[in-house]
Amino acid sequence: MADDTLLAARGLSLAFGRVQALAGVDADLWPGEVLAIVGESGSGKTTLLDVLSGRLRPDAGVAWYRDPDGALHDVHAMPQPKLRALHRSDWGFVRQNPRDALRLGVTAGGNVGERLMAQGNRHYGGIRDVAENWLHRVEIDTARMDDLPRTFSGGMLQRLQIARTLVTHPRLVFMDEPIGGLDVSVQARLLDLIRTLVAQLGIAVVLVTHDLSVARLLAHRIMVMQRGRVVESGLTDQVLDDPHHPYTQLLVSSVLQA
Amino acid sequence: MLRVAAVAKTFVLHLQGGVPIPVLEDVSFSVAAGECLALSGPSGAGKSTLLRMLYGNYRADSGHIRVWHDGDWLDIAAADPRAVLAARARTLGYVSQFLRVVPRVAALDIVAEAGGGDRDAAAKLLHRLNIPPRLHGLPPATFSGGEQQRVNLARGFIARRPVLLLDEPTASLDAENRDIVIGMIHEAKARGAAIVGIFHDAAVRDAVATRLYPVTPLQDAYDRDHSDQCHAGAAA
Repeated sequence: MADDTLLAARGLSLAFGRVQALAGVDADLWPGEVLAIVGESGSGKTTLLDVLSGRLRPDAGVAWYRDPDGALHDVHAMPQPKLRALHRSDWGFVRQNPRDALRLGVTAGGNVGERLMAQGNRHYGGIRDVAENWLHRVEIDTARMDDLPRTFSGGMLQRLQIARTLVTHPRLVFMDEPIGGLDVSVQARLLDLIRTLVAQLGIAVVLVTHDLSVARLLAHRIMVMQRGRVVESGLTDQVLDDPHHPYTQLLVSSVLQA
Repeated sequence: MLRVAAVAKTFVLHLQGGVPIPVLEDVSFSVAAGECLALSGPSGAGKSTLLRMLYGNYRADSGHIRVWHDGDWLDIAAADPRAVLAARARTLGYVSQFLRVVPRVAALDIVAEAGGGDRDAAAKLLHRLNIPPRLHGLPPATFSGGEQQRVNLARGFIARRPVLLLDEPTASLDAENRDIVIGMIHEAKARGAAIVGIFHDAAVRDAVATRLYPVTPLQDAYDRDHSDQCHAGAAA
């Protein structure tokens, strides 16, 4: 891998029974870069996200992560406690359904502060200030700080999940369809928020989406997956505007123009 | 600033049985600082395709597109995606006919972001292009076609890029705004920008172009050659 990549994968393969979910996938990610993985359901994009983030172990291949000190770690050879510590600090994971990531019995402010405390921060007043600041950044009325998430709308829950994920200033965030489950009317707001925060904080993102317009607006580079393989990759606008592979041409031509 | 050598492009339509559509062949030219090269030719000849290739938006099948970037020549046709993005961030500016942005971002922010965050400069440029201050805080989705094009122009011109690519920059503008854009193109040339543009409006083309590069439709050329042979056969 190049000296400056943040994450690099070579030859990732994984089968579920007779289904080859990943077949020889290579991927590279540089600091501050947004990489979109697109493809239809069953193409292997979420499996790739789970393997890159260490949640699933590949049958073959390797994924390397470079820590802030420049040391390389084989993601799947890391001891579990170390991987969990990484997920609580340097890494973040934004799920399609915020209810899978948030603690619904804990207040909005608590959900954000909890991740700071998991990093060893014990100063309650300081944590509350930081949590309040983050609710503000994701455009949640800070008067709702002590409310439980179950009283929030879907868009607010997703923004709360983003605040909870970004509060520790991760260097790398995995996102699985972050806009997918939301009403169209709130998608633009969330897209703009993610775009702005990712650029401000210089976060690297691996973004799984089936929505090509989300990939276009957020991602620097794109990988198109079909049946577990990467069939085309490159600069996002180049791949979407001048697709070469038959499957990419099919994907692009299938989008309804609004 | 820009050297294009033997560039060719064929689209292959896999959904239509893999039909190849040859669009460009053996395109070569160079553009120096302070020059404005106008691509001429009928619509469908491949002018926009060529302009998009110069920006790295379409890929070249062969040939080189060398841009003077950060004190060296960078071949856009062969550069990796990150190098193309770096060239776009500092060297290449592109004004397309349509504005494509996140729906809720305000016009002023769109222009300021392209100009490195300078909101004053963004407001001045929008004002110069007759976008009144009451519109600066609104997302351009609701603007008229001409207003959107002027936001797009402000975004393209604010960063003062060394190489500017202009695709029909005055297509939806009235005479007054067209003259303002002509003035901006003159200023860009005077500061040493190398410009490649498509200008259907002959008055604009005559006012700004230092040279023309004719782009001829490949399919026409094929038909013409073919019909010449038929005539030759008939004559014999």
